[in-house]
Amino acid sequence: MHQPIPQPSRSLAVLAALLETRTGQQIGTERAWRVETALKPVIRDRGLETLDQLVAEAACQPEVATIVVNALLNHESSFFRDAPVFDIVTEAARDMQAQIGTRRLRVWSAGCSMGQEPLSLAMCFAESYKDHLADLPEIIATDVSDSALNRARSGRFTQFEIQRGLSVRRMIEWFDSTGPDWTAKHALLRNIQFRRMNLVADPLPGGRFDIVMCRNVLLYLAPKVRRKVLDRIAGAIRPGGLLVLGAGETVIGQSDRFRPSGKYRGLYTLDGEIAESVPSA
Amino acid sequence: MKTCLVVDDSKVIRKVARHILETLNFKVSEAGDGREALDSCLESTPDVVLLDWNMPVMSGMDFLRALRDTTLDRRPKVVFCTTENGMAHIRAAIEAGADEYVMKPFDRETLESKLQIVGMA
Repeated sequence: MHQPIPQPSRSLAVLAALLETRTGQQIGTERAWRVETALKPVIRDRGLETLDQLVAEAACQPEVATIVVNALLNHESSFFRDAPVFDIVTEAARDMQAQIGTRRLRVWSAGCSMGQEPLSLAMCFAESYKDHLADLPEIIATDVSDSALNRARSGRFTQFEIQRGLSVRRMIEWFDSTGPDWTAKHALLRNIQFRRMNLVADPLPGGRFDIVMCRNVLLYLAPKVRRKVLDRIAGAIRPGGLLVLGAGETVIGQSDRFRPSGKYRGLYTLDGEIAESVPSA
Repeated sequence: MKTCLVVDDSKVIRKVARHILETLNFKVSEAGDGREALDSCLESTPDVVLLDWNMPVMSGMDFLRALRDTTLDRRPKVVFCTTENGMAHIRAAIEAGADEYVMKPFDRETLESKLQIVGMA
């Protein structure tokens, strides 16, 4: 009896289910065409020939499934992506710090990929706080992908990656030339804590945050999962704290916990009393 | 439409850069060395100069110093584009007045990103 030959659409359905179970992300029609390209190196590295063979391996070997999920996640990122946002966040951080006094500001970069976003934030903060570096905001950076986080923790970028979005002045100030690559200086990396986290299911980082950046993550989630993630983020922000979404993302129709910030363009404020008027627990 | 002068002794590099810049809506002119580039700037100052380092007749660094000594009404943005990828060269270029630095080999994203940083894309 012949085994039924898996059709490409069936493999895609298996991969979509795997990705959604592990990360909450969807393979929409706009991403479907990328699947085979993204998995080609994995197929080759495992000595396989077809996508169907890889899907069959992933179905019965959890470690292969993890490799497949990591390959499917979009690690597309650059330094200072949507650059004006970083000026606005730096200004907001300065204002918040002036209000809260000596407590260190807490910032969460959710979906940090290979670390370009938290590193960009760390550069902005270091430049903005240059007269009182001991008070630098604490940055927690999370991502669902182990491979992306390993890259992020290393602070190491190829020549192509380092030149995307980063000015040459900042590059030579904050990075060392290490062979063909460029590596973030310890002074920058030490302000960032990288943690693996699935935004949909894992426990949130402890404590409340003043600013949460969750950019270009929601767009990969199903609408009901988006609502859940926004609710979880709302629970992690101090009242009066700020949420930063990607250029094409919004809370409108997804959450009633946030309203557009009147002061900081494009940012959202968590409804409620401002942090300073909330009695500490 | 913004203008960019591509200065490189390699015809191939000039062709690749021209193609990318034209897709970014630049009007492109070319020069094969620093001297030709300086003459071109004196005749018509571009918005941006994409500048190789090692060239015959006049190097990119010599061009940059000579450009500084001219009495042009407005100064073009100067983006080095070179295989000299070491820290010492990059620092020297910035000290001489370069606005940005592209390490070869480059692609469209790199060039577009650097032009955005200098406010030209």
